[in-house]
Amino acid sequence: MNTRGLRSQLKDSVPVTGLCPQAGPYGVQDSLRRGFSSVKNELLPSHPLELSEKNFQLNQDKMNFNTLRNIQGLHAPLKLQMEYRAARQIQRLPFLPSSNLALDTLRGTDDTIGFEDILNDPVLSEVMGDPHIMTEYKLGVL
Amino acid sequence: MLNISTKTPTGGFSFENTRRNAVLEANLSEKGYSAPNARKTGTTIAGLIFKDGVILGADTRATDDMVVADKNCMKIHYISLSETFFTLPGVAADADVTTQMMSSNVELHSLSTGRPPLVAMVTRQLKQMLFRYQGHIGSSLIVGGVDVNGPQLYSIYPHGSYDKLPFLTMGSGAASAISVFEDRYKPNMELEEAKQLVRDAITAGIFCDLGSGSNVDLCVITDKTVDYLRGYDQPVQKGMRGGTYRYKPGTTAVLTKTVTPLPLDVVDESVQVMDTE
Repeated sequence: MNTRGLRSQLKDSVPVTGLCPQAGPYGVQDSLRRGFSSVKNELLPSHPLELSEKNFQLNQDKMNFNTLRNIQGLHAPLKLQMEYRAARQIQRLPFLPSSNLALDTLRGTDDTIGFEDILNDPVLSEVMGDPHIMTEYKLGVL
Repeated sequence: MLNISTKTPTGGFSFENTRRNAVLEANLSEKGYSAPNARKTGTTIAGLIFKDGVILGADTRATDDMVVADKNCMKIHYISLSETFFTLPGVAADADVTTQMMSSNVELHSLSTGRPPLVAMVTRQLKQMLFRYQGHIGSSLIVGGVDVNGPQLYSIYPHGSYDKLPFLTMGSGAASAISVFEDRYKPNMELEEAKQLVRDAITAGIFCDLGSGSNVDLCVITDKTVDYLRGYDQPVQKGMRGGTYRYKPGTTAVLTKTVTPLPLDVVDESVQVMDTE
């Protein structure tokens, strides 16, 4: 549901960790792929759509929950968020791609096709996260 | 190769190469070269509502800057059995992907609701998607079709705005085509008269605009049928040559002649049968 209004709720802010950390896979600055490092590169977006695409799903959810709260009262978004939280926990191991079927059904994206299904499908990704590191991060012992 | 990051990968657009591309383009332009452009389809497209439905018409030329890239390309795409839409000026690749995605979405939506799709639904999904990408997807379109609310015609621009009108034109030849429509359009026209009018409008675009040319394609959509008339009219035929322009043998005098025979031996002979099925 694409609702208008509530522009003040949108946030395009960049988190402190920055957009595109210059470190490559081994922690060293990766000149070949990312170019020379500069502070500007890490903080400013390289493409006008980069920020809005990164936060798109979050912003959509925020707008929708706000509208729902205004129409139906506080309980409606609370209930929905509880269901989202439950559905988000149904995952495979951290380094394997999960289907997120329950989450998609709740969001309503199980019967739409967008660019996130066609381009860069994580199932077809050529690189995989390191199993040990990702599990340790998930368990909080990293 | 292992990727030592703790983020789970997501799909969609990846902006990793934008910085590299910006640096490359800056370096190239210093030396005087320019990066290759995406192929556009400067065009004339028109649609109008007649008594029983909608007629959409298009020219068939795709241009690549100043060169004709495709003399007979298809600009009218099917969305579903009851509707069609055109893709227009704008980047050809964007137009293709947009139409394919929309076609899938319409099918999924109508399966999910259990009802035949509405033209307004296609328009809404398109404009929401185009607005999300703020015009970076450079495709403008006309959506036309007949559904339970009758025949409808919408035009959508790359930034996401749309218009609902009884007759529409878009593309580089839009001004020429709309002048024909403004002059002769009447509500509730008959089929033949409406087809002739659309044909005339597209022909005006073909003759008066450099980005449009070749043939006229028409698509007639009524509530019962969709008729795709490809190559309905060919106002621009390739010219016939007036005389023969070949030189007679003996026109050029031969001054000297040297013959050097090259002795060749057949070393190996192999026969590959062509599959001529």
